[in-house]
Amino acid sequence: MYDAPKLETALDQQDIKISADKVQVYYGETHAIKDVSVEIEDKTVTAFIGPSGCGKSTFLRTLNRMNDTIDICRVQGNILLDGEDIYHAKVDPVQLRAKVGMVFQKPNPFPKSIYDNIAYGPRIHGLANSKADLDVIVEKSLRRGAIWDEVKDRLHAPGTGLSGGQQQRLCIARAVATEPEVLLMDEPCSALDPIATAQVEELIDELRKNYSVVIVTHSMQQAARVSQKTAFFHLGNLVEYDDTSKIFTNPSDERTESYITGRIG
Amino acid sequence: MSDATIDPVTQPAPKRSSLHQTDARTRKRNAAEKRFKAYGICAIAVGIFFLVVLAVSIIRSGLPAFTQTVVSVEFTMTQDQFDAAEGELFKTKAYSAFFNNALVETLKEKGLEVESDAKAFERILGKTGGTLREFYRANPDELGKEVDFELSASSRVDGYMNGRLTRDNMEDSRFLEAADLDIVDAMITAGIIKETFNWNFITGADSGVDNPGGAGIGASVVGSFFMMLVVLCLSLPIGVAASIYLEEFAPQNKFTDLIEVNISNLAAVPSIVFGILGLAVFIQFMHLPQSAPLVGGLVLTLMTLPTIIISTRASLKAVPPSIRDAALGLGASRMQAVFHHVLPLAMPGILTGTIIGLAQALGETAPLLLIGMVGFVARGYPEGFISGFTDPNSAMPAQIYTWAARADVGFYEKAWGGIIILLIFLLTMNILAVILRRRFERRW
Ligand SMILES: Nc1ncnc2c1ncn2[C@@H]1O[C@H](COP(=O)(O)OP(=O)(O)O)[C@@H](O)[C@H]1O
Ligand SMILES: [Mg+2]
Repeated sequence: MYDAPKLETALDQQDIKISADKVQVYYGETHAIKDVSVEIEDKTVTAFIGPSGCGKSTFLRTLNRMNDTIDICRVQGNILLDGEDIYHAKVDPVQLRAKVGMVFQKPNPFPKSIYDNIAYGPRIHGLANSKADLDVIVEKSLRRGAIWDEVKDRLHAPGTGLSGGQQQRLCIARAVATEPEVLLMDEPCSALDPIATAQVEELIDELRKNYSVVIVTHSMQQAARVSQKTAFFHLGNLVEYDDTSKIFTNPSDERTESYITGRIG
Repeated sequence: MSDATIDPVTQPAPKRSSLHQTDARTRKRNAAEKRFKAYGICAIAVGIFFLVVLAVSIIRSGLPAFTQTVVSVEFTMTQDQFDAAEGELFKTKAYSAFFNNALVETLKEKGLEVESDAKAFERILGKTGGTLREFYRANPDELGKEVDFELSASSRVDGYMNGRLTRDNMEDSRFLEAADLDIVDAMITAGIIKETFNWNFITGADSGVDNPGGAGIGASVVGSFFMMLVVLCLSLPIGVAASIYLEEFAPQNKFTDLIEVNISNLAAVPSIVFGILGLAVFIQFMHLPQSAPLVGGLVLTLMTLPTIIISTRASLKAVPPSIRDAALGLGASRMQAVFHHVLPLAMPGILTGTIIGLAQALGETAPLLLIGMVGFVARGYPEGFISGFTDPNSAMPAQIYTWAARADVGFYEKAWGGIIILLIFLLTMNILAVILRRRFERRW
């Protein structure tokens, strides 16, 4: 029963979704990302690990051009999404972000109802033609966010009234409602308790069927649990990028080894 | 393990103290806290005291402006008497004589003897002849019928009626002599003099310098209203648009820094400077009409803009950046992020800032002095006033200033009365600000 889909994923994993080549990021004079090249595969969970301030968030934000909102930030190098340069002059970052969704470290639901939180993305992208369509999208997204059962009776209650873990799952549901192709998550579990974390991890595993997921995490266990590929960053450099199992059992760089055994970071 | 080996000599046992006894430190801290609370209460008490003093003195001085002393006399003027008066050389004098006669007769009927002294009657009731002549020329069919003629008494008599003026503190002047008060007393005994609510003060226009009784603030309320309309319609959209651009879109560079510094400085520029600017630009250069609410509104818009921009930017800044990130991360454009998410959250602050800016503008006098919205006696009010942004008019604070500057003490109470009206408007606006704030505030 399990064999067939597994084979399929294995085949899909060959596809490269995002390919970054010699990326440099500067904040004014600070060189935050140095010469990073990485290929992120489709239908795979890729984890970014590394000590605080090593540039994980910065690199993640270059993937959907959220860095454009920071005036002093400059990005050099090539980043291709499905072979297209996302920093090309013709690319509208708004269109890009509809394809590459993002979940932030701190849950940030809009101060609106749960329903409106989910419906906002589909509304501005014109994904629903009618109220009924929208209802379907909202329910589907909340189910994929593994929060439907908890909120189905209070869709019109404020999203900010949920607990931290529920809010984060709401934000994930909100991100998947726009049908992105890639989902970027910046330490999505850092504000959550272990139970909520487990729920979100389960959800990430679920999302892998349809999306390419990139997750920044502080927890090595989490990276080992949810990801297939792991990238280790240190001081703005990409030190090592390989299969997760390889990184955690047999890293080739000694800095990686020191980090995962707890000697740096 | 090591706990057991601690040497009691080198490691003194921790001092044990009872929770039921406050130690010296805590007592000192508590005393300091109590003192601080006491200072706070004192400060508030002093504030309230001055507020009460202010309110009481304003109300005491201002209330008389809302009442008016009228004398009502019943009489009949026949066609013959009318023709006779019209035939005289000094027509109004003839009418005065007729009226004085009627007044003396009325008092006589009640058993009160007063000497018919035309000068004294004029001091009490003003130029009655003119009023009477106007009335009969306008309503010729009233001739031959009995009319109940009401005339407002002079402001001195008003003062005597409400206690501002007494026999002891009065000085004989061309306005009123002590002997005149005997006539007034007789009128009081006869019951033909009474105090009524002075609607004219609320709805009327300013009068000439020698007629405080006829002065009203209505025209300048209309003027203020038109000005506020101009200010609101210009400063709210311009101010909010400028703030949104500066806060959400503009790049951070030397140029925007310069703009920012300038806006902060503009907020501190004395209002009279804006008045000079208005005079030079709007009236002398653009040839807009003088004394017009339109120009006043434009000048006050310039003054209000920095206030609105500063408060709007502050409330935009207070919206957590995570909300913008959330919207942008979903593929919203910057404008969508601002208008769908940031602006609604900033709304209460923007509205409060706007209303406070408007309230400031409503109370502003200095710039209006320079564009001629002051010392203006309306003619032909209310025609032409309701119609226009461009018709000459005054504004409430300018009107109050005009009255306060006039020689006749009767205008003094008008000025205070005007202040009451102005304060009512300001209070209403502030309450509105609070209500709007509550209404738009999202508590979640
Ligand atoms: N908005 C910013 N402005 C200036 N420097 C920044 C900004 N964001 C991050 N940095 C710098 O870039 C480096 C990488 O930061 P970040 O990507 O947030 O690290 P991580 O997410 O791995 O903890 C840090 O040295 C940080 O100080
Ligand atoms: Mg980070």
